[in-house]
Amino acid sequence: MADLLIELFSEEIPARMQARAREDLKKLVTDGLVEAGLTYTGAGAFSTPRRLTLTVQGLTAHSPTTREERKGPRTDAPDAALEGFLRSTGLTKDQLEARDDKKGQVWFAVIQRPGRPAAEIIAEVLDRTIRNFPWPKSMRWGAGSLRWVRPLHAIICLLSDEAGATIVPFEIEGIVAGNTTRGHRFMAPDAFAVTGFDDYAAKLRRARVMLDADEREAAIRQEAANLAFARGWEIMPDDALLSEVAGLVEWPVPLMGAIEERFLSLPPEVLQTSMREHQKFFSARNPKTGRIEGFVTVANIDTPDQGETILKGNQRVLAARLSDAAFFWENDLREARAGMKDWAEGLKSVTFQSKLGSQADRITRIAALAGEIAPLVGADPDQAARAAKLAKLDLRSAMVGEFPELQGTMGRYYALEAGEPQAVADAARDHYSPLGPSDAVPTAPVSVAVALADKIDTLTGFWAIDEKPTGSKDPFALRRAALGVIRLVLGNELRTSLEVHIAQSHQFLARSIANTRELRPLDHPNYNVGYQINDATEYSEHHREAEYDPNQDYLLGEYEGRPVGPSVSFPAREHVGVFSGQRKTTTDLLAFLHDRLKVYLRDQGIRHDIIDAVLAQPGNDDLVQVVNRATALNDMLKTEDGQNLTQGLKRAGNILAQAEDKDGVEYSFGADEKFAETDAERALFKALDTAEPAIRKAMAAEDFPAAMTAIAALRAPIDAFFEAVQVNTDNQIIRRNRLNLLSRIREAGRQIADFTRIEG
Amino acid sequence: MTSPKDNQTDKPVCFQDVILRLQSYWAAQGCAVLQPYDMEVGAGTFHPATTLRSLGARPWAAAYVQPSRRPTDGRYGENPNRLQHYYQYQVIIKPSPANLQDLYLGSLKAIGLDPMIHDVRFVEDDWESPTLGAWGLGWEVWCDGMEVSQFTYFQQVGGHDCRPVSGELTYGLERLAMYVLGVEHVMDMPFNNPESPIPLSYGDIFRQAEREYSRWNFEQADTEMLLQHFKDAEAECARILDAADTDAAGRAIPMAHPAYDQAIKASHLFNLLDARGVISVTERQAYIGRVRALAKRCADLFVTTSAATGEALPTFPTGA
Repeated sequence: MADLLIELFSEEIPARMQARAREDLKKLVTDGLVEAGLTYTGAGAFSTPRRLTLTVQGLTAHSPTTREERKGPRTDAPDAALEGFLRSTGLTKDQLEARDDKKGQVWFAVIQRPGRPAAEIIAEVLDRTIRNFPWPKSMRWGAGSLRWVRPLHAIICLLSDEAGATIVPFEIEGIVAGNTTRGHRFMAPDAFAVTGFDDYAAKLRRARVMLDADEREAAIRQEAANLAFARGWEIMPDDALLSEVAGLVEWPVPLMGAIEERFLSLPPEVLQTSMREHQKFFSARNPKTGRIEGFVTVANIDTPDQGETILKGNQRVLAARLSDAAFFWENDLREARAGMKDWAEGLKSVTFQSKLGSQADRITRIAALAGEIAPLVGADPDQAARAAKLAKLDLRSAMVGEFPELQGTMGRYYALEAGEPQAVADAARDHYSPLGPSDAVPTAPVSVAVALADKIDTLTGFWAIDEKPTGSKDPFALRRAALGVIRLVLGNELRTSLEVHIAQSHQFLARSIANTRELRPLDHPNYNVGYQINDATEYSEHHREAEYDPNQDYLLGEYEGRPVGPSVSFPAREHVGVFSGQRKTTTDLLAFLHDRLKVYLRDQGIRHDIIDAVLAQPGNDDLVQVVNRATALNDMLKTEDGQNLTQGLKRAGNILAQAEDKDGVEYSFGADEKFAETDAERALFKALDTAEPAIRKAMAAEDFPAAMTAIAALRAPIDAFFEAVQVNTDNQIIRRNRLNLLSRIREAGRQIADFTRIEG
Repeated sequence: MTSPKDNQTDKPVCFQDVILRLQSYWAAQGCAVLQPYDMEVGAGTFHPATTLRSLGARPWAAAYVQPSRRPTDGRYGENPNRLQHYYQYQVIIKPSPANLQDLYLGSLKAIGLDPMIHDVRFVEDDWESPTLGAWGLGWEVWCDGMEVSQFTYFQQVGGHDCRPVSGELTYGLERLAMYVLGVEHVMDMPFNNPESPIPLSYGDIFRQAEREYSRWNFEQADTEMLLQHFKDAEAECARILDAADTDAAGRAIPMAHPAYDQAIKASHLFNLLDARGVISVTERQAYIGRVRALAKRCADLFVTTSAATGEALPTFPTGA
């Protein structure tokens, strides 16, 4: 048994890649070792900005010897067959054994593979691992051809057991594995030798490197909290930032500073965003004032002046950043007080999507749709429309230009500054929600109306121009918009027909494009006269490299700062042709919403076939009803009655379908109890007489559990009927009567769901 | 280890001091200290000493100051940190030496930034120049939370894989010097030694010009003329590249450098047009693509020349 230590020492590894790289290193190496026949008892991977480290414990010293027998051709087979066998086994003829087989003498190859020493296997696995490492981006350096995330400088590859440590002979592109590493870049730059993982970790610590990212995170969290506590402040938790910062330092030294008084009146979101995005600072809040008043920066070094110089420098940079932010804020507030007319005007020259018009066009559509939706959610239509008109004006503000992630947040501040009612201002902030599956769903009526209108307009628009998501490509985050619609509707129990809203949205779209005077074909010679077009291809190209943050409404917040000159009019008819018809758009989009609903409900534990069975019914664009039905059906199918009933309904359906196919008629009514021959038949008539009105009544009242109970009561009579009765008898009158009886069963089922879609 | 106090005495005293220290430092590391390129460019990378010389196998080491023009960044000399004309310090070494990070840190020490009392960090920042068809991986270097340099390992230039790879360092000189000198507004920064008989601040030298250029860039530049110049530069570049490799006397003289000058020109004209607000977002891509196409063809030609391959330049027959 031996322990293996591997360290890949390089220039600074991007913080965001480290966690994944640790996992990849562990998996690639241990899988490789196991594949080659070694076993181990445990493994752990670590990273700092300059190193990726793996420790494997309890590794076997050799792979086992293996013996394989392979049967070849008969000894009297043609030479070609024998040659092929020799090639495939790598043996010579005199190494083969001739053995008696049922069909005569046959050549046998016995292939012995001796076990190999661990060091040999490790060297091979490490070579493969380094050459095929799945970095998101890798590079070459100097004159070499090796690829790594940044230049790779040194490798430790050390096997240690009771007898001591030995360096695994390994070399890759001139880098020879050894047993030495270096400590902190500035505080302990000299090389030192190690004898195994424990020694390595201990010596690194002495050399001012904390190897374990979790430990660095904990140290930062703890020290930041202590620093804040001493001032009576608290750190605003930010796990993503914590993990990033832990990937930027080998020796975390949190330092705390106060934000200058003159910046404290900035909104907390602005302070926090500016400090996080630009400086990677944690925000510290004063619970007494409720304001963010301080920050924690994490340095990578202990200095003789206890970080004084570093803190002063950081404070200086922060002041410059916040001066910018304060300048934006004050300018924006002035514009807000003036009614934000310039922003509204400016949005006319910001293209939302080349075929869908400007942001101003889009806002007009959303306002119209929000007005239609408002009464359904208990909002005042005028207020909803007003909120929609204001909600996106902040896209033109300087602050959102600088920090796109503050869209909406700033909108709320500016709306309040403009003297708008709270509900309108809140809608500016909340109408982008819900952004992700865990983001809260707005419940304030005005916010709901605008949020829903916003998303439906986006979906309808992109469906109308046939820019739907495909596979993993969803550059406009349309799946998220669809999930937003679903969660808004369900979360607020909105009883409404989505089909109607999509149709309304489509009409507003057609009208908006017909009215627009700003849209021009891309190839028109005048299209460059000061008009900014932001079309889909460019958007996706622009963002291909950038990491897509699902919590950011990038597209909808796409911001182009500069005011531009007058645009040129074009006849609208040139654009009408780009839209799909309302019918097709509505049908396709509804189908997409249903797909997303299935995904959503599957996560809630409702099977897709149950949803399909419910979606096959009329009224399927009322999502609240769909979900209530599906839930009731799901519950019933979990019972034994429900399971058997489904079988009975399916059986009835199949027999009917066959008979209808054969006879060329549809059996739908006319079953008469007087032709019943058995008690089971009569009992079924009776049960249906009771169940049918009960189901109808329950369905009309949308009491789906009651409907389920009513239909479940048919289970026993249906089972008994099929037990006792042969439907297809020679007597045609009785046969027809029984088929018509079955159609009553089918009809009872159809009231509730399409049971043929239920699996099992 | 030097104590902060020793270090204090060794601090530069003015802007040109920072530049001179970088010049001597990189000269001492064996770089050819070049002079700025004599054309308007947006960044030191455009200097043929970087763009063209990063191509091909021939080893290269150069350092230089490059005046850089970014018309859209003009703020009439009012903004403490933004200028439409500023200076970059550029170092380019091919192949990138294994100790390039250490060499870089040495340059910070040379200008008075001791990494033992400052917090120097390499923070991921990949570089891409769509206009040059170039990209590389590297970092922005932070000193006490401020970005003081870009550090890039070139992977591709002009659409060509860089083999070997060049290491490129770019220092934003004004920002760096302001930090070292403790100056809040760029215009207040001493340019020469404040003890000089005639002390000059950055503002004394550039404030007037910043105002004038801001006005011209944003309001006055004749866009029709600029557009025409762009087309002219593009056409001339193409014409040079299309010309036969041999001159009238039959001598093989490919003209990568003159063609590349026209590509630089087109790039700057595009920046001016952009500052005038006459380029739409979609068009922007098209313009960048046009400049990239030029840069790429220049690179295609340059890699065939001895300046790239390192082979001896063929001599012309005597009397030619």
